Amino acid sequence: MIEALSFLNEIPILTIIYCLPLLSVLLLLFVPGDNHRLVRLTALIPSTIAFILSILLFFAYDYNTGGLQFVERHEWAATIGINYFMGVSGINVTLVLLTGIIIVAGILASWEITYRPKEFFMLLLTLTTGVFGVFMTYNLFLFFLFYEIAVLPMYLLIGIWGTGDREYSAMKLTLYLMVGSALILAGILGLFFACGAATGIYTFDFDVLEQVKYGITFQKAFFPILFVGFGILAALWPFHTWSPDGHASAPTAVSMLHAGVLMKLGAYGCLVIAVWLLPEGAKFWLPVVLILTLVNIVYGSIGAVAQKDLKYIVAYSSVSHMGIVLFGIAAENSIALSGAVLQMFSHGIMTGLFFGLVGMVYGRTHTRDISKMSGLAKKMPVLAVFFVMTCLCSLGLPGMSGFVAEITVFVGGFMKYPVLTIIAATSIVVTAFYVLRLVQRSFFGPLKEGFESLKDANKIEYAALFILMFFIIVVGIYPFHIMKVIHGSVLPIALKLGGM
Amino acid sequence: MNQYLTAGLLIPVLPLAAFVIISAFAGRYKMASALTAITAMAGSFLLALYVLSSQLAPHPAAYELSLPWMHIGDVRMDIGILINPLTSIMLIVVTSISLLVLIYSVGYMKGDESFSRFFGFISLFSFSMLGIVISNNLIQLYIFWELVGLSSYLLIGFWYQKPEASAAAKKAFVVTRFGDLGFLAGILILGFNAGTFNFLEMEAWARTAVSVGAISAVLFTAAVICLFSGAAGKSGQFPFHVWLPDAMEGPTPVSALIHAATMVAAGVFMVARLFGIFSLSPEAMMVIAYIGCFTALLAALIALTQEDIKRVLAYSTLSQLGFMMLALGAGGYTAGMFHLFTHAFFKALLFLGAGSVIHAVHTNNIWNMGGLHKKMPVTSITFLVAALAISGIFPLAGFWSKDEILTVLLDSGNKPLYYTASFTAFLTAFYMFRLYLLTFAGKPRDERAYAHAHESPAVMTVPLIILAVLSVSAGWVAIPGMEKNIGTFLYFGEHPHGAPFNMGVAVKSSVIALSGIGLALIMYLFGVLKPDAVRKAAGPLYGLSKNKFYIDEIYLFVIKAVFLRLAEIIKWFDRHVVDGAVNLSAFITRWLGVKLRLSITGRVQDYALFIFCGVIVVIAAFAVYDPEALKMFGGRQ
Repeated sequence: MIEALSFLNEIPILTIIYCLPLLSVLLLLFVPGDNHRLVRLTALIPSTIAFILSILLFFAYDYNTGGLQFVERHEWAATIGINYFMGVSGINVTLVLLTGIIIVAGILASWEITYRPKEFFMLLLTLTTGVFGVFMTYNLFLFFLFYEIAVLPMYLLIGIWGTGDREYSAMKLTLYLMVGSALILAGILGLFFACGAATGIYTFDFDVLEQVKYGITFQKAFFPILFVGFGILAALWPFHTWSPDGHASAPTAVSMLHAGVLMKLGAYGCLVIAVWLLPEGAKFWLPVVLILTLVNIVYGSIGAVAQKDLKYIVAYSSVSHMGIVLFGIAAENSIALSGAVLQMFSHGIMTGLFFGLVGMVYGRTHTRDISKMSGLAKKMPVLAVFFVMTCLCSLGLPGMSGFVAEITVFVGGFMKYPVLTIIAATSIVVTAFYVLRLVQRSFFGPLKEGFESLKDANKIEYAALFILMFFIIVVGIYPFHIMKVIHGSVLPIALKLGGM
Repeated sequence: MNQYLTAGLLIPVLPLAAFVIISAFAGRYKMASALTAITAMAGSFLLALYVLSSQLAPHPAAYELSLPWMHIGDVRMDIGILINPLTSIMLIVVTSISLLVLIYSVGYMKGDESFSRFFGFISLFSFSMLGIVISNNLIQLYIFWELVGLSSYLLIGFWYQKPEASAAAKKAFVVTRFGDLGFLAGILILGFNAGTFNFLEMEAWARTAVSVGAISAVLFTAAVICLFSGAAGKSGQFPFHVWLPDAMEGPTPVSALIHAATMVAAGVFMVARLFGIFSLSPEAMMVIAYIGCFTALLAALIALTQEDIKRVLAYSTLSQLGFMMLALGAGGYTAGMFHLFTHAFFKALLFLGAGSVIHAVHTNNIWNMGGLHKKMPVTSITFLVAALAISGIFPLAGFWSKDEILTVLLDSGNKPLYYTASFTAFLTAFYMFRLYLLTFAGKPRDERAYAHAHESPAVMTVPLIILAVLSVSAGWVAIPGMEKNIGTFLYFGEHPHGAPFNMGVAVKSSVIALSGIGLALIMYLFGVLKPDAVRKAAGPLYGLSKNKFYIDEIYLFVIKAVFLRLAEIIKWFDRHVVDGAVNLSAFITRWLGVKLRLSITGRVQDYALFIFCGVIVVIAAFAVYDPEALKMFGGRQ
């Protein structure tokens, strides 16, 4: 922890961070919708402050002490266990930082939106508030509340600002995620009553729920409910098909936020709620989970090979990379869990970059079909450099965050499941194959006719890409700090699972 | 920190700085980029000499340093430096050839619109390669290993608008990735069992673990072979050799530096670096020796019939790398590394010479050349020196190192390996002189290209001359009887045991080399034996060699018929089965809704009936499962 940042302990920093996007939404109400410039700035400035605060929060978190920090606790509807309980562990500060990064980049990437930008940004920022809230609260009722705030605006964002078969995709995605929500709600209520039955305390507070030793039958029954409920959002196979369609129809910033942050929200729930609270259930179901996650990794990457649409390729690649997160969670030891959390962070930024870039390419070429483009690097060198770097991160090139995360998952996974880990690692070859083919087809080769007048990235786009790439490189070169922050916080989960 | 360690740390940092400066600032000014890269590399070269000086003392100390990179619980991943004789000699090879290639490139790349990018990428490559060389642990080795793969990808695809170049770049990366997957598996197995990734600690662990059986022999051998697959990928050993010839699509200086002298030698270097671990598994060593030997022969056979000057050299590189692996596998640590050392100079020279020719005649096809000696004497003579060196003619560099390998093979008692290697040496001499004669001797076969040809500028020929001097003299470090020669400097184990000079082997190998050259002279200079006649006589064998034994075609078939087919199947399955189920559930829900809607009739009587039925069902359920509960309906006791 950096001493100069200790003032953050004096203020309700978490509340401030998640309320900043909400403040934007309120201010936007009073901004005339046709003043695009003002709308954008109203959206951008509070989010930028939240982003900066999330960086400070990350560095203010003291990894030597560990545990929950910056706790804000107030009684609310205490009789039914609903309290205002905010706090962050190392996992949370990492994901809060991720959210801060993605939202700023997402707003910058949607700078040129001309169709109802006011409403667009209002929904986008409402969603962001939900995501921030989920990553900060340790009361499961609030958690669910924030979760729904994060998920629901998606329907409108895709349905109104999307492309292609957007109504179908929006409906499919929303209904699918609602199924997940129903499972999660059932699971949370189950925990609430099981805790009450066991201890006499009916509460949604995580620290109390965490102390309870739930019966084995209960754990076996409720673990799959919660894991699948959250797993849907993390694109757990075979519940992943909302993702390619959803991403393909979603506007750029929504894809960025969705793949970048919302999918992490699912994985976070799997880890912190399903696995942490129900460790015996997790152990019982582990073989199934492992197989599913392996399918995620291998099937997702091979599935990406056959795709021709840029967004579908990235979406399947996300299925594969999220599989590595879930595989790390299923490997149960603190090293694999650390890798899983870092992979959430890394994949979040990387996929944000991917979708941002795809949006920028599509905005210029008006096609996402890679067989219809060629030689784009000639006209768009800056976008090409970012695209190639993102692809390299995706295939796990050292010096970038993806490598650090994957090698950690593989090292941790190998300690427990050597053979399965090697199978999972084959994805690095397949990924190399399809991302490099993607680069070769779209950016390299002779320039395709009709693309002579394409423009390279403008300053705003450059800024969006630069912010994202900066973090990928920093974590890739110097993972020491972030790994300390994460590892200290996954250790209690690993201990509860009976390993290190 | 020891001053040698500081120097060791600076050696890769200087080219990295050059890369950053060129990418960020100097890119707009061509000459500034070139100067930045060259200055940085010259600095690294001087530092490498300084580091070498620390190892030339009679009993040099090894210097090691580890800096924390990422610690997760007990797992420590560090970035470190290990300086010993192996490091220092490899640093010299990489920095000296990088420096010469950079200077040469100022002439060769002149006029290219991406001149600055070229110098940036080469600096990036040198940084990564030097990172491999100084590594003191497997994780760092793997990190820089992949970064080298990246630089290779970027440089092969340097002219990315050429479809062949971008395809070749992708192929190189993906094929080596296959090897690296094994490499990663090997690292995980050994790292997990040893509890460390550090070379020296791992070696110490392996010595005891293997002898007391703390790790099963099978697993250990498997791990070592996995590590070797990484080396085989980078060093183009069979079955991973297919990427290297295609990599010739890159600019020729890149081929000289990366795909001949340094990067492709990284695999050999890795085996040497981990020799203490490899040598504990005799089975793995056998695998390495046979793969090396097979690659050497296979590549030499293919080189006989290729027509692209750079491809001949590429196959020759594969063949020579096979020689190095063969030597290491047969236990010849010194011999393998020594050959790496000498080969780096003459092979870089051959490629740069080829570049000079291509620069002059604008074609790669040797049948469109001929008679170029008159037009470009410096290139011709230096090329001849290199060809003699690689053929193993006394007293040039290749003679000494090849001789040492053959002596090791003879001493190992494995006759098949020895004879195969000798035969390959014969083929080498033959195809090298076929290449030389068709390019420089005889009459010009393409008058237009010939008329256009000219000697390259001094900025290109001076590096050629320096490399030619080195190609002659680099082997002299092996002259027997010197107090400090390669055998007493670079050896494995406690005591120097470099192969002593064997006069019998030397004479035999010289005769073999001379007969190879003689055959080439007969066929391509004197025309006594017509190449066409030989081609006819060879029949289908010629086709096999010309078509590289159809290995590329086999791979392509497997990718198309198996892998891409599988991808299509998954795509179909995902769309129709997995997603089909999703849409089906939506359909069923809607269908049920349509049907159930009919039950909402709006008549109160119907609803009363439903309620009544519901009550009956509930009571019946209680009656069956929990008769006690019926009491609450007021039933009798």
